[in-house]
Amino acid sequence: MSSPRGGDKEGGRDGERQIHVLAVDDSSVDRAVIAKLLRSSKYRVTAVDSAKKALELLGTEPNVNMIITDYSMPEMTGYELLKRVKESPTLREIPVVIMSSENDPDKINRCLEEGAEDFLLKPVRPSDVSRLCGRMRS
Amino acid sequence: MPPPLCSRVLLSHPFSPMSLMALREQLNMLVNSMYIEGLLDQQFQQLQMLQDASSPGFVAEVITLFCEDAERILTELTKLVDQAVVEFQKVDAYVHQLKGSSSSVGAQNVKLACIQFRQFCEENNKDGCLNALNVVKHHYYLLRNKFDTMLQLEQRIQAYDSKQQN
Repeated sequence: MSSPRGGDKEGGRDGERQIHVLAVDDSSVDRAVIAKLLRSSKYRVTAVDSAKKALELLGTEPNVNMIITDYSMPEMTGYELLKRVKESPTLREIPVVIMSSENDPDKINRCLEEGAEDFLLKPVRPSDVSRLCGRMRS
Repeated sequence: MPPPLCSRVLLSHPFSPMSLMALREQLNMLVNSMYIEGLLDQQFQQLQMLQDASSPGFVAEVITLFCEDAERILTELTKLVDQAVVEFQKVDAYVHQLKGSSSSVGAQNVKLACIQFRQFCEENNKDGCLNALNVVKHHYYLLRNKFDTMLQLEQRIQAYDSKQQN
């Protein structure tokens, strides 16, 4: 017997877990924009303002389907967060996307070599989010 | 010859269809002028397109966050650039932040002014930084005034829409 279609929660369907994206950005403006972009694609979004908070959240809720993080953040950069995620046996399978306002080839290559799924130039567009769709962890 | 009584009533009533149309037209004209004058760029259009029934206050929220962020940064920059010995790296870090948020909100003139400001930081040019800060402030406060008007118009339009739905 199939489960009933349509749900009362934002996005997703009954019986299917909603895709959860963790957005990390120290800029309140960018956090609001990226969260809205992702929610418009029906993802569940948790937005935090630091890599430290991202790691704390991942410690309690590792079933995140994707992390999308700003590169330049105080204390711990997005690159350092990427490395910590890829070094962790419980988190390494989570795809990590880096965002930056700077089109720096060295920075981009460094992130991709460290295992970043993609590198997005800010301001992030809906088309950028669309292309991430098939790369969420299932 | 004065307009007919019914027109006068419609024009003067705060929630009349005529005044709502006038408000919407005023808002459109304001936003268009901001694009033409270079205060806003395409990114602001992207934000407008993201606003929907589930988040009718999205653009207002982003504008508010941007203004809070910008004013905090401008306050810090004013202190830093005023020092006898300017810490150009710190200044640059703040300008980079402001450039980022202005880019994300579509604040074109502010963003461009920040790009120029960063040049002076790179050159360790204090006078250049002082002038650049004034330019950034000029563009920011011009934009903020227009944003204030925009938000007031949006609030009035939304108040009308809420009244219609009740």
